[in-house]
Amino acid sequence: MAALSVRGLHKRFGSTEVLKGIDLSVENGEFAVLLGPSGCGKSTLLNIIAGLERPNEGEVEIGGRVVTGLPPRDRDIAMVFQSYALYPAMTVRRNITFGMECRGVPRARQDEAVARVAALLQIDGLLERKPSQLSGGQRQRVAMGRALVRDPLLFLFDEPLSNLDALLRVDMRTEIKQLHRRIGSTIVYVTHDQIEAMTMASRIAVMNLGRLQQFATPDEVYHRPANLFVARFIGTPPMNTVKARLASDGAALVAIVGAGRPDETRLVLPAAPEAARAWIDREVFFGIRPECISDGGRGVDFSAVKVSAEVELSEPTGAETVVLARLAGERVRARVGPHVRLNQGQSAPFLVDTRTTCLFDPASEQLIA
Amino acid sequence: MAEAVAEAVAEAVADAALPVATPAARRGRWLIYAVLLSFAVFFLVPLGVVLLNSVRTAQEIGLGSVIGWPRGFAMENYAEAWSRYCIAQRCEGVRNYMWNSLLMTVPATLVSTALGALAGYSVSLWRFRGDTIVFTIMLMGVFLPDQMRLIPWALVLRELGLTNTIAALVLIHTVQGLSFTTLFCRNYFVGIPQDLIKAAKVDGAGFFRIFWRIVLPLSPPILIVTVIWQFTGIWNEFLYGVTFTTGAQQPITAAIIAISVSSPTDVPQYGVQSAAVLLAALPTLLVYFFGGRYFMRGLTAGAVK
Repeated sequence: MAALSVRGLHKRFGSTEVLKGIDLSVENGEFAVLLGPSGCGKSTLLNIIAGLERPNEGEVEIGGRVVTGLPPRDRDIAMVFQSYALYPAMTVRRNITFGMECRGVPRARQDEAVARVAALLQIDGLLERKPSQLSGGQRQRVAMGRALVRDPLLFLFDEPLSNLDALLRVDMRTEIKQLHRRIGSTIVYVTHDQIEAMTMASRIAVMNLGRLQQFATPDEVYHRPANLFVARFIGTPPMNTVKARLASDGAALVAIVGAGRPDETRLVLPAAPEAARAWIDREVFFGIRPECISDGGRGVDFSAVKVSAEVELSEPTGAETVVLARLAGERVRARVGPHVRLNQGQSAPFLVDTRTTCLFDPASEQLIA
Repeated sequence: MAEAVAEAVAEAVADAALPVATPAARRGRWLIYAVLLSFAVFFLVPLGVVLLNSVRTAQEIGLGSVIGWPRGFAMENYAEAWSRYCIAQRCEGVRNYMWNSLLMTVPATLVSTALGALAGYSVSLWRFRGDTIVFTIMLMGVFLPDQMRLIPWALVLRELGLTNTIAALVLIHTVQGLSFTTLFCRNYFVGIPQDLIKAAKVDGAGFFRIFWRIVLPLSPPILIVTVIWQFTGIWNEFLYGVTFTTGAQQPITAAIIAISVSSPTDVPQYGVQSAAVLLAALPTLLVYFFGGRYFMRGLTAGAVK
């Protein structure tokens, strides 16, 4: 059963249309992440799901019940905010019980629930403190406790980790993921951090300009991006997308980068889809992940194509070195070993693994599947 | 002269950050203190004269000048002013008028502050259709001159049958205070993060519960400011008091004007009159002494973090 269904959602603020028809269905127990650049409409979508904003058109259904016109309190949801939004004048305990107080839950049951959540999140010792006496990480825990204490149909997280420092963020990421595994509830999680999305999500909804670009597993979003936007948004660095001409070489398809140039590069595509045959002798966008272009020092494979490219820039990151190079005039990024040092202007050999590449229609920008 | 002062001030301000003050900077600072001190003395002269006169006897003032150091310490002036002095043919002192003022000021202050907090809360933290228009119209009340409102109020009071009552003044000051109290509270409440309201809505709280449990506990600074502002403003108000009440119904500010029209045959009772004026000013002075700190703090406070 779908825990959450959103159908044909439109939202306008004045003359700007923030959501342009969103359809989304999240299964029970799923960890769905709404991912996109700022201004893509992901927070607005979350607010509409929560009932804090009203859509101009469309329907929201939670747990099989249409809730479009209902206020937040009647939707059986709990929400964690980016700013934590802890009530400053109340103790941690009161913050956690406020929701139950509003719903008239008896005192004994409240205490029981607080004890359970405090143990779960290890905030037992903080219950009588005020939010101002807590560190950022502790506030984050309390904000989660406030949501967890009510066993709702749906948890909504609005960029909950973006106010934490980098180290703590990694810890909390792991914790939220473990928490989800333990309690098994349905979560809709908004973030602009793709590492968070990739590591935590069971499915990622990539959004841009008020439209849903793709809603799929992290693996699929990463390896089979639905369009050029997703390809260029996901991954650090993102997928290389270069203009290429498709040709056939016997049974195999070949992508020719920089066709007609003296240094034109021919890349055989062993795994190209059948549909790509329609594009023979036409221009496409050829997509390849930076890790598929290496110096050959690691992940050497007999099927890799050997090419040569001119090095423009070298960025050592510690675990690896990202190289910006010109392959037949097209700019690409490659990930090479941490100890490889290439000089600017130098022409260097690279190994290109073409088994997992993507082809995109240059007009519609959609994946040729 | 002004240029020299400005220069010295600029120098002093610039040098204030330095650990070791140069002689020039020290001179500049003394100049600033001297100027500030002379302004303070200038503003305090009337209060000083009244204070001194309030403990001098009529005889002493009559023989000397209105400005002079007291020879004795005539506390009976206060007793007389409180309960016996004749104001407009009623020889009961200021105490009844003081009581009138209190009966007028306290309810009007509390009600206008409470309603202003509620209105400011709704205008700042709840969006509703036409909310900016409502707020703009309320703001106009701040800029409307009192004289313009006299006749409409006269008509309203007549219709309500409240002419010459303290209740009329309570009503007037409550209604007229709303613009200010709403503005004060609204400006404070816009600093409260919207996320708090959203979180409370998700938690299941409604309009009044959010106001009572979330917003009000954050509001003491602005409530204190508003109460002080309203209390002093209403206590010191004169025009409505003198226009809409007469005789025993008047608040102290309106009644005390009668002091200045004592008959020409009498010996001027400057001592008693000074004591009466001080008594009339006492509540606002006390509010200032005890609440002034909060007033300064409250006006600059805003962010709720």
